[in-house]
Amino acid sequence: MTDTAVKDTAKSELLDIRKRTQSSAVWRKVKDRMVTILVSLAFVVAIIPLISLTITVVANGMERFDAEFFTSSMRNVVGEGGGALHAIIGTLQITLAATVISVPIGVMTAIYLVEYGRGRLAKAITFLVDVMTGIPSIVAGLFAFALFAMIFGPSVRMGFMGAVALSLLMIPVVVRSSEEMLRLVPNELREASFALGVPKWLTVLRVVLPTSLAGIVTGVMLAIARVIGETAPLLVTAGFADSMNYNLFSERMNTLPLFVYRSYVSQGTPPEPDISRAWAGALTLIIIVMLLNLIARLVARFFSTNKSSR
Amino acid sequence: MNKDQKQQDFRRSDRIFARLAKVAGSLILVALAAVALFLIFEGVPGMLADPDTTSIFRGKSFWEYAWPLVFGTMWAAFLALLFAVPVSLGIALFITHYAPRKIANGLGYVIDLLAAVPSVVFGLWGILVLAPAVQPFYAWLFDNLHWIPFFAGERVSGTGRTILTAALVLAVMILPIITAITREIFLQTPRLHEEAAVALGATRWEMIRMAVLPFGRSGIISAAMLGLGRALGETMAVAMVLSATGAVTINLLTSNNPSTIAANIALQFPEAYGMNVNVLIATGLILFIVTFLVNAAARWIVNRRAEFSGAN
Repeated sequence: MTDTAVKDTAKSELLDIRKRTQSSAVWRKVKDRMVTILVSLAFVVAIIPLISLTITVVANGMERFDAEFFTSSMRNVVGEGGGALHAIIGTLQITLAATVISVPIGVMTAIYLVEYGRGRLAKAITFLVDVMTGIPSIVAGLFAFALFAMIFGPSVRMGFMGAVALSLLMIPVVVRSSEEMLRLVPNELREASFALGVPKWLTVLRVVLPTSLAGIVTGVMLAIARVIGETAPLLVTAGFADSMNYNLFSERMNTLPLFVYRSYVSQGTPPEPDISRAWAGALTLIIIVMLLNLIARLVARFFSTNKSSR
Repeated sequence: MNKDQKQQDFRRSDRIFARLAKVAGSLILVALAAVALFLIFEGVPGMLADPDTTSIFRGKSFWEYAWPLVFGTMWAAFLALLFAVPVSLGIALFITHYAPRKIANGLGYVIDLLAAVPSVVFGLWGILVLAPAVQPFYAWLFDNLHWIPFFAGERVSGTGRTILTAALVLAVMILPIITAITREIFLQTPRLHEEAAVALGATRWEMIRMAVLPFGRSGIISAAMLGLGRALGETMAVAMVLSATGAVTINLLTSNNPSTIAANIALQFPEAYGMNVNVLIATGLILFIVTFLVNAAARWIVNRRAEFSGAN
């Protein structure tokens, strides 16, 4: 009799455990499914702004995306008409100047870090390059302003100041990407070159750099894409302008991001022409940035397939 | 003889080239030091400026002027981080552990596209699309959840250009960097850990919780800190979206909002003159110091981790 009682309790306990494990298995599965949904939702949530942004910029930008926009400046323009030629030229000049400053310094630094740098200095540079990528762009602008204001007085504005500010933002990106590319060059190539009696500097210039050239070019283009849309540093250095200015070293010089900002902030009456000019500027800017990104990736792909077929 | 000459030439060029490389590298250190020095030179006079003669202060002292800006900067960045970190973690997990292998890379590239959008375009979008879109939602929150301090205040903003909207735009802007870093960290999770978890009968989520997340914890922290650094320093989007009054408040939905350091500089600088410029540079110095510390700490964590884990 006790025997059956024991059997009964044991049976019910077993059943209980089975039920519990079953329900916990169900619960685990439900949880797993829920997380899957949440994680996929996170991706969708991030895509929504991208899509919304693209649609609005294209839809609103097309209105003034015309020939006049690319062939005229804002000189003496009130109300409708006008264009961003002065801003586009300014952006090209300032970005080019920033590139001319940043690429030699960036690539040489990368060469130092990969080919020469051992010990404390190299470690400090690596660390600070990383930290430098996080400098707020407005601080870079203020630095350039403080530097030039000390020399030329506080009311100085010129395109070159903007280029200095931008290069501060660009150098760390160039260093990082070039460093990565140089490290990819197999050591056997360097050793073969040394074995042939080629000195180190020629090995670097003739063997290492050409091998990693495509990667470095890609990195530089991505760096340009990063700084070409910068607004804040140019706001405090190059300033606004309505007219053409081809001289990097004197007077205010408008740029595309500032053109967008300015068109929005100082709207005339009626505001519509200004707002549609702002959107057209934004569309132009996005197209430039996307093109740079695309070309950079194409360069990378083209050269990497070339290499593998060799 | 000739050969010796040539070898000597080579040796000299070798030395010159090495020196050049070293100079370029040292230039980075010099540049950073110069940033700090010039900001100090131009900024410290602003900190010590006389409240009565400096128009930008409106009778307050420098610290009374700077405090609401510092608060606004921290508050906006904190909110942005609050939104961005969970979403970024989700995206990173989705790309590394959920999406089919073939399209995973493409999805990562799509997220990177967000990073390529210039901040002024984000500002334009935030002000003309996002703010009007979220305003009705804010009104609803204000009407129904008024008792929560964050949603309290006198009146809900009619334009939607509040600190919450600014934080949302910031969150979208810092998503790509947090996602990129956590993605990389998640990919480094040792295969064996994952397989062991699955072999013990773990579901995918349990595997992630037991193997992937613990392994990536320090990486997640530093990714969040890098995002924080970005959010602290972001200028144009905040300057355009936020309609600020300079109040120190945690109300999210009213038109009474704190400004941020960076946005304040961008808005005031074009019209600033004399000592006001120095005051703005002084606030920039504060921003530089804060972001430098945040970034340095984040990088330090990443580097330490790389040394320990051997995954590199």
